[in-house]
Amino acid sequence: MMLDFSQVPGYGGLILTGLLWTILITCLAGAVSILLGVLAAVATLYGPRLVSLLLREVAFLFMATPLLLQLYLLYYGLSQVGILLPAFWTGVIGLGIHYAAYNADILGAALKAVDPGQAEAARSLGFARGATLLHFVIPQAMLSSLPQMGNNSIMLLKDTAVLSVLGIAELVLNAQRAISETYRPFEFYLVAAALYYIVNLAMELALKVASRRAEVVR
Amino acid sequence: MSTQRPMVELRNIRKSYGTLEVLKGIDLSVERGRIVSIIGPSGSGKSTLLRSVNMLEEVSAGEIWLDGTQVNQPLSGRAFERHINGIRQAMGMVFQQFNLFPHLTVHQNIMIGPMRLKGLSKDAARQRADELLAKVGLTGKGGSYPNRLSGGQKQRVAIARALAMQPKVMLFDEATSALDPELVDEVNLVMKQLAGEHMTMLIVTHEMRFAAEVSDHVLFMDGGVVVEQGTPDRVLANPTEDRTRAFLRKHLSN
Ligand SMILES: Nc1ncnc2c1ncn2[C@@H]1O[C@H](COP(=O)(O)OP(=O)(O)OP(=O)(O)O)[C@@H](O)[C@H]1O
Ligand SMILES: [Mg+2]
Repeated sequence: MMLDFSQVPGYGGLILTGLLWTILITCLAGAVSILLGVLAAVATLYGPRLVSLLLREVAFLFMATPLLLQLYLLYYGLSQVGILLPAFWTGVIGLGIHYAAYNADILGAALKAVDPGQAEAARSLGFARGATLLHFVIPQAMLSSLPQMGNNSIMLLKDTAVLSVLGIAELVLNAQRAISETYRPFEFYLVAAALYYIVNLAMELALKVASRRAEVVR
Repeated sequence: MSTQRPMVELRNIRKSYGTLEVLKGIDLSVERGRIVSIIGPSGSGKSTLLRSVNMLEEVSAGEIWLDGTQVNQPLSGRAFERHINGIRQAMGMVFQQFNLFPHLTVHQNIMIGPMRLKGLSKDAARQRADELLAKVGLTGKGGSYPNRLSGGQKQRVAIARALAMQPKVMLFDEATSALDPELVDEVNLVMKQLAGEHMTMLIVTHEMRFAAEVSDHVLFMDGGVVVEQGTPDRVLANPTEDRTRAFLRKHLSN
C-alpha cells in the first residue's frame, strides 16, 4: 500500500474548519471545567456538610463513568423528557462538567494545602471570609495546581474527538467526511493525528511557560 | 482629654482549647502610644493572648476593648463578620512567619488592603505604599515578589502592609524569631522607629534586650497567667517572682 496525500489539499478547508471547532470546543469546555471545578471545590470544602457530601458523590459519579455515556445521557436522555439541547452545547457542557470533576479534585487538595497563615494575614487586615478566599486562597491554589489542571486541559483536547458521535463537525468528524468521499482513511486520520499533536505541543509549551512563571510567584 | 480611655483593654480574658485552659483570666490596659511587651516561656499563652486581641482566636470569657469599642461583641453571623472586619482594619498584625501573599508583588501586598477595604484609588494606594517602603528602607523593591526577598526584607514588607491600613494598634507575634541573627536588627530598627512615632504596640518577644529598650510596660506570663508586670526596670532588672527570675536567668545566659 502506498500513502497518497494528493487528495488532502482539496479537503484542506474542511479539515481546518474541523480543527478550528476542536480548538473552540477545547477553549469553551476548558473554561467551563475550570470555572465549575473551582466552584465545586470551594463548595465542597467550605459549604454546608450536606452540599459537601453531595458534591463529592456527584464528582465521583462523573469520574467513575464513561464520558461517552454521560454525553448520551445529556443528549438523548434529556431529549426523551423534552429537553432539547443543541449538540454543540451538549458537547461543551458535558465535556466541561466531566473535567470539572477532575479539576475540583485537584483544586480541593490544593486549597487545603494553602498555608493557613495566608488566610490569617488576610483576615487580620480586615478581609471578609469570602474575599479572603477569592483574593488570596483560591489564586494560590490555582497557581499551585496549574500543572495538573493544564494536563487535564490537554486530556480534554483529545476527548473533544468523542463529540463526533453527536454529529459535531470537529476534526475527527470532518476527517471522516473526507474519507467517505475519498476512501483514504489512513491519510486523513494521519493528518488529523498530526494536527492534534501540534495543538498538544502548543498547549504543553504554554503550560510550561505558565508553570515557570507560577513558580516565581510561590 | 484628661481622662483618656485606654487604646486596648483586656478584662479577665479566658481561653480554653477543649479542657486545656491556656489563658486563665488576663487583665491588661494599654494607653494610647504605649508599648507593651509580653514575655514568657514557650506555651505560656503569649500568642494566644495576642491573637485574642483581634479575635483570630475566640476567647472563652472576658472582654476585649479597642479605643472604646468592644471587640468581642455578642453579635451573630453577618453582623459580627462586619463588625470584626472593621475592628481588624484598625489593628495591624505582624506574624513570625511573615505571611506575605506570595502571588502578589510587594507593591500589591501593601496596596490590596487600602484599595479593597478602604476604597483608596490605585494612585493613592501606590503613593502610600512607596512612602511606607521608604520608611522601612525598601525603596525600589515594590516590583519584587516576596520569595525574592530575604527574611528581614519580608518582615519589613509585612510591617509596611499592616501600616498601610493606618491602624491604631500594632500587634507583633515574635516578629524576629524566624530570622537569621544578622537580619534581626533591621526589623527591630523599624519597630523602634514606630515606637518613636508613638504607635501603640503589643509585642510578643523573646528578645529581652529589645523588650527592655523599647517597652513602657512588660508582662511576664507563665501557664496562662500574668505572673509579674511593670516597667522594664521593674520586671526585667529587678523581678520579684521566682518564676520570672528563673525565666530571665535562662534567657539571659544564652
Ligand atoms: N489550636 C490549638 N489547639 C489546642 N491547643 C493549642 C492551640 N493553640 C495553642 N494551644 C496550646 O495553648 C498553649 C499556649 O500556646 P501559645 O501558642 O499561646 O504559647 P506561646 O506562649 O505563644 O508559646 P511560644 O513561645 O512557643 O510561641 C500551649 O499549651 C499550646 O499547646
Ligand atoms: Mg507564640
